[in-house]
Amino acid sequence: MYELAEAVPWLGSRNPRAARGVVLALMLIAPMIALSAGNTWVRILDFALLYVMLALGLNLVVGFAGLLDLGYIAFYAVGAYTWAFLASPHFGLHLPFWIVLPAGAGFAALAGLILGAPVLRLRGDYLAIVTLGFGEIVRIFMNNLNHPINITNGPQGVNMLDSLSLFGWDISRHIQITDDFKINSLVLFYYVFLLCVVGSVIVIRRLQLSRVGRAWAAIRDDELAAKAIGINVRNMKLLAFSMGATFGGVAGGLFGSFQGFVSPESFSLMESIAILTMVVFGGMGNLGGVILGAIALSLLPELLRSVALPVQQALFGHVILDPEVLRMLLLSLAMIFMMLLRPAGLLPAHARYSRPELAGAGRITE
Amino acid sequence: MSITLLEAQNIGKRFGGLTALSDVSLTIRKGEVYGLIGPNGAGKTTFFNVLTGAYTPNGGEFIFAGSELPTGKPHEVVARGIARTFQNIRLFREMTALENVMAGHHLRSDSSLWGILTQNRHMREEERLITERAFEMLRYVGIERHATTLSRNLSYGDQRRLEIARALATEPQLLALDEPAAGMNATETSQLRDLISTIRQDGVTVLLIEHDVKLVMGLCDRVAVLNFGKKIAEDVPAEVQKNPEVIEAYLGSSHAH
Ligand SMILES: Nc1ncnc2c1ncn2[C@@H]1O[C@H](COP(=O)(O)OP(=O)(O)OP(=O)(O)O)[C@@H](O)[C@H]1O
Ligand SMILES: [Mg+2]
Repeated sequence: MYELAEAVPWLGSRNPRAARGVVLALMLIAPMIALSAGNTWVRILDFALLYVMLALGLNLVVGFAGLLDLGYIAFYAVGAYTWAFLASPHFGLHLPFWIVLPAGAGFAALAGLILGAPVLRLRGDYLAIVTLGFGEIVRIFMNNLNHPINITNGPQGVNMLDSLSLFGWDISRHIQITDDFKINSLVLFYYVFLLCVVGSVIVIRRLQLSRVGRAWAAIRDDELAAKAIGINVRNMKLLAFSMGATFGGVAGGLFGSFQGFVSPESFSLMESIAILTMVVFGGMGNLGGVILGAIALSLLPELLRSVALPVQQALFGHVILDPEVLRMLLLSLAMIFMMLLRPAGLLPAHARYSRPELAGAGRITE
Repeated sequence: MSITLLEAQNIGKRFGGLTALSDVSLTIRKGEVYGLIGPNGAGKTTFFNVLTGAYTPNGGEFIFAGSELPTGKPHEVVARGIARTFQNIRLFREMTALENVMAGHHLRSDSSLWGILTQNRHMREEERLITERAFEMLRYVGIERHATTLSRNLSYGDQRRLEIARALATEPQLLALDEPAAGMNATETSQLRDLISTIRQDGVTVLLIEHDVKLVMGLCDRVAVLNFGKKIAEDVPAEVQKNPEVIEAYLGSSHAH
């Protein structure tokens, strides 16, 4: 909770407790507000939370360890397809979520290692190109592994994925409280996703403020110096790749259960770029910034879509600019404005890797 | 009566056609301050790089504390007890001074991933200890008032001292300093001299590359002189200063000191 509160502009630093309250309240009532604008908006919020998880995971790799990864969506795909394979009529398996979700996370972590191992020596542009290729390879596999044996069902994807059922309680069904009051399943998903996001933030924060987080930051700042103080750079990079991938895998599994359907087209290069944009736009390395960036850049395009479509209809009688094009346009504009106005992101990283107060606050300030 | 800590045996290093080190042998005794001097381009930094595993030598080996050092594996060399600083300062720029030193404790801490995720007792205790020790180390080198300053915002002299603190955090037996006084003013240099003396008194052997002749002559127990990758002298400072070959090397080069 504390971590999220840092995202509140000025209140966050002046009155952290109030800021925490504001964030908490906002997070809890957001779906109710959205519901008044229609189910679509709750759905959009749900997706925004998935993007938050993805951005948090990618931030661990790019923001903390300084490894530019342009194929991050591949781990999302691994998580989603794991759900599709283990909990759908496709193979006739219907395993419970507490097996499928960890399995997705595990496979994603493994994929992270598989990507990490060959690129250990690469930095910057070269790393970006190879990871980009990796993302595409995974997508192409999903697209083509329907033949000679049908594994992924090719471009059609897999249908009728099991929903998230928490110990026998299927959250894709509405809960009828009284005759005219029921809790929408989209809202239920929202709270489940929110729980996962909070969990992710706690895990990531703990990593950041530990010897592991410092080792990552050291590698990011100066790899040679990191080696010179005895950090095993190879292992730490592999750890970053696989930990980052884990979050992608979990988000992917949740996505599968939520959408009920997966196909390769959800995992295009554009998605990797969109997530990277969220991380950079929000403020690489700063958890609050990354969360804000992910929320802003997943809600804004939808707002734009809801305005632009009727406007185009009214003006030209038909739609000229496709919503997907508009989204990319918005992401690019966001990046351009960011570079011009706030080069370090909405909330620049004042990243911490230690808690100096542990050494006795009095002595620090003396 | 003096114990050998490090023995370099016939170390060679070539870069393409350039021989940066040829057949360099030297012996450093436990507890001494050992100077490594020579004109620009003599191969001093290259010697550090080969010693600490940043480069692999083309020949020869290092015997450290009785057994051979691995080559080309920096983190294993540090684990054996050799820490270094860099000629052109290499700090973790986006981390505070305190965090830089805490990162230096990485090697001598062992909290597992599981411990970190569950924040178990061992992890919290270790983290508290690392923070405390890092702070002590900043005090030791005299920059504790800058503990929470980003390292890139420190003054040049303080950055040099922070780099020494970070290296000491790895708990070395041998501390290798590459031109620590470069760019320092007279006061800073004299503080540095005191610091190096203290480090030696606290039981850490020091290998010092330095152009500042006064500093070298004042601090070092013994000095080796490199010229064009070859060791041309090794003796107590007073003798080295009188050595005709050394005088020739310095006067013959364009950078006389
Ligand atoms: N990575 C490298 N690749 C090619 N040549 C190198 C490399 N590192 C050093 N050299 C060359 O090796 C020689 C020795 O360089 P080195 O940096 O060891 O000298 P030095 O004694 O530290 O000099 P200075 O006092 O200027 O620091 C120089 O001619 C240098 O150009
Ligand atoms: Mg040098």
